[in-house]
Amino acid sequence: MRRYSTHNKRKRLNPVLLLVLLLTASLTILLGRAILTTDYQTERLGDDVAQFQKLSGVESPVTAVLLNFRGYDTLLEVMVLLMAVVGVWSLTQAPFPGKPIEPGPVQLAVVRLLTPLMVLFAFYLVWKGSSLAGGAFQGGAVLGGACVLMLVSELPWIKNIPSRHLRIGLLAGPFVFLGTAILCLILEGTFLAYPQGWAGSLLLLIETACAVSIGLTLACLFAGGRPKDDLSRGRKR
Amino acid sequence: MITNLLYSFGGLMLFSMGLFALIACSHPLRKILAINVMATGVFLILIATAYRQIGTGEIDPVPQAMVLTGIVVSVSVTALALILACRVQETSNHSLIQRKKDDFTRTGT
Repeated sequence: MRRYSTHNKRKRLNPVLLLVLLLTASLTILLGRAILTTDYQTERLGDDVAQFQKLSGVESPVTAVLLNFRGYDTLLEVMVLLMAVVGVWSLTQAPFPGKPIEPGPVQLAVVRLLTPLMVLFAFYLVWKGSSLAGGAFQGGAVLGGACVLMLVSELPWIKNIPSRHLRIGLLAGPFVFLGTAILCLILEGTFLAYPQGWAGSLLLLIETACAVSIGLTLACLFAGGRPKDDLSRGRKR
Repeated sequence: MITNLLYSFGGLMLFSMGLFALIACSHPLRKILAINVMATGVFLILIATAYRQIGTGEIDPVPQAMVLTGIVVSVSVTALALILACRVQETSNHSLIQRKKDDFTRTGT
């Protein structure tokens, strides 16, 4: 039986898989050729970034690209994150909090010590994003880690957070970003063209709001569904 | 220079393996993992192209910014895909997770 099944398997899988393997291999060769032949030294956007760095309001080139030069892109990506949470929330209810468990004393102590530090570090990363590596996405990731740490240790007050507060937190980043963009449209006449001299503070504001939203987004995605009290009125599940 | 090429080709291999697995495996979890491997390969290639400038000057910030947002977006896409796969599993009659044996053979069907 065993032999028959493996024989059968081999017979059925060979031609199609071989074809797929062949196509993938040829695509790999083509892409490898593209990597080898592309000239990276003369055509680079980094020169343009370095040239207009002063106008961006921040010292870090990555942050300048992220929020100023390619601000449109980042705005849409923040919206993608929001849409992912909307999708997850509309599909299922979160299994958190499950059956009540008693977290060990070590775990509780670790959470108590680590969470404030992580939140502090997250905002430090956002603050440092103007001059060094760091910014909304890194800070948001650390914030999300802190939230996940609190989620898995099932702190008793986690389940008491009203979903409305979560919704406000999730919307803060996209709304502040979009609001700033529209404000720029009114003041400067161009979408996401920050006014002269205000770029630095506006970027910090956007980054802080986005970091909060990204952190909450990651935590909500980890929780894997909407909170228990969300949509509870007038609807049975 | 040779290090960057090594990273680029490593990323290319990851991308190709992910692409092959994406086509060859029918299990949703494997497909999600394959997409993640592909994304990692693309990130590796992008970072390698940013790093290529090290000989002549500073690192190109544009690919770095792309990868930075790309990682977070890929995490959220993975989460959404996993939830969708769970819903498919819950609502469809046949179990997707238990079908282990004929995973590779269902390519043609």
